[in-house]
Amino acid sequence: MTSAGEGRRGVTVALLSTVVFFTVLAVAITHAPGWPEVKRTFFNWNQFRDSMPEISRAFLLNVKIFMIAEAFILVLALVLAVVRSLSGPVFFPMRALGIAYADFFRGVPTILVIALLGFGAPALQLSWVPLSTTFWGIVALILVYTAYVSEVYRAGIESVHPSQDAAARSLGLTHWQSLRKVVLPQAVRRVIPPLLNDFIGLQKDTALVGFLGSVEAFKQSQIDAAATFNYTPFVAAAVLFVALTIPLARFTDWLVLRDRRRRQATGT
Amino acid sequence: MRRAPAIFLFALLSLLAAGCGGSSNKASDTTSTAAAASCDKGSLNLVNAGQLTVGTDNPAFPPWFGGAEKAPWKVSNPYSGQGYESAVAYAVATKLGFAKSEVKWIVVPFNTSFAPGAKKFDFDINQISYKPARATAVDFSDSYYNVNQSLVVVKGTPIASATSIAAVKPYKFGAQLGTTSYDYIINNIKPSKKPAVFDTNDAAVAALKNKQIDGLVVDLPTAFYITAVQVPKGKILGQFPTVGTPEHFGMIFEKGNSLVGCVNDALTKLRTDGTLESLQAKWLQADAPVLK
Repeated sequence: MTSAGEGRRGVTVALLSTVVFFTVLAVAITHAPGWPEVKRTFFNWNQFRDSMPEISRAFLLNVKIFMIAEAFILVLALVLAVVRSLSGPVFFPMRALGIAYADFFRGVPTILVIALLGFGAPALQLSWVPLSTTFWGIVALILVYTAYVSEVYRAGIESVHPSQDAAARSLGLTHWQSLRKVVLPQAVRRVIPPLLNDFIGLQKDTALVGFLGSVEAFKQSQIDAAATFNYTPFVAAAVLFVALTIPLARFTDWLVLRDRRRRQATGT
Repeated sequence: MRRAPAIFLFALLSLLAAGCGGSSNKASDTTSTAAAASCDKGSLNLVNAGQLTVGTDNPAFPPWFGGAEKAPWKVSNPYSGQGYESAVAYAVATKLGFAKSEVKWIVVPFNTSFAPGAKKFDFDINQISYKPARATAVDFSDSYYNVNQSLVVVKGTPIASATSIAAVKPYKFGAQLGTTSYDYIINNIKPSKKPAVFDTNDAAVAALKNKQIDGLVVDLPTAFYITAVQVPKGKILGQFPTVGTPEHFGMIFEKGNSLVGCVNDALTKLRTDGTLESLQAKWLQADAPVLK
């Protein structure tokens, strides 16, 4: 059997198997006794169509939140990771603070940080403290995600072989120059998939800002669901979030592939 | 030999499909349109036989519920019979033939009260406004209270000196999720700033105290509780005029539950003999000026 023949057979079997599997799944689900009610409650086309425009508009707030937050997170997390990688006893207090920060903000649930900052900070009634709930939601997300992303950077930095730093130092570069020109470019490139993964997580967590009252996509879908006692608006919001994630995930895959090709090409 | 597993898999899945196909066509039977022929206590359609299971959310806020807090309930205690909704529930239970000890309260968060599937309660009483769209998912009882929306503000803030609806339009409003207060803001007040919506009463009150919102729209009785207890510097700017059909609260039941008919009979009796009115006078302070 030629490899082309085997390939064709493989495709046929895959196709057949997929069709059968999904047919079986569809039949099993639609014949469950509760299916009509689930369909009316979760997959109601009229509800979906009616609630989608408003949810899409509210989704713009989510986009605004994660774009602003991500810009700050990428920078601040890198600073934190570098601070934690500083060696030498004189830097001990900074390293200790960095560790405490990362542990605390990875430990407290994000929704609690949002609630504490969003309602607590304005309650201080200081005139220079902004009252906007969206502002505090963004700040809370930045604080929490900086902690997670700094760990990702740190892993990247530590994965760069020490011989790179040693070679840079032996060429006369200072510690900072070596970090900036040799270690960090390699480290960051290596951790792009986990960074984009955390970015995707951030996109979902923007829904938590709704707890403070801002009407973003999830909150808008809650409003619609409560008004009609139908859960389809939640499905509509979910569709929007997933639609955003898929291109980003494929873009990540493409980036990784391109980076790998480049690195392998320069090896020859 | 590589063919065999594929064919075997195919055969197995086809069998499964056939098997599943055979057990279909059991139409979900939830339509019992005729009211129960009898509303005798013994023939009522109940979740737990011999017991009236009533649901409401936690915390149970005054003036809808009262009495000292008792676990798992926070702020007040539905079992006390104090507070308008607790009193109405017990009055309905008495008309249906239940003793006070035969009424059981369970915590039902608002969002789960209308979730599909069998309900764990006979009815849920939680300041839920009737809406036609909602009535396709659950059954509503007749009205036990006609609602007016009102505006709570903090004394001394710019909005507190407004005297008409037009004057309050430029401010930022808030409402609680799932209340028709939000609808009223969007449809009738039409402010220039997008309103904020809060999951819980506490979050809304916190935002009002922090001046993150200028005014909170709630039903009038809740407004009295908020200004009396939760926001001491708060005041009710006024109540909003009814626009269109008056809003009312109803109890919610599982769709097709014949108990609705019996409860509606009980409510009619309570209305005609003046019990509902006296309970309202006792628990729900009447009035605030109407904003025009």
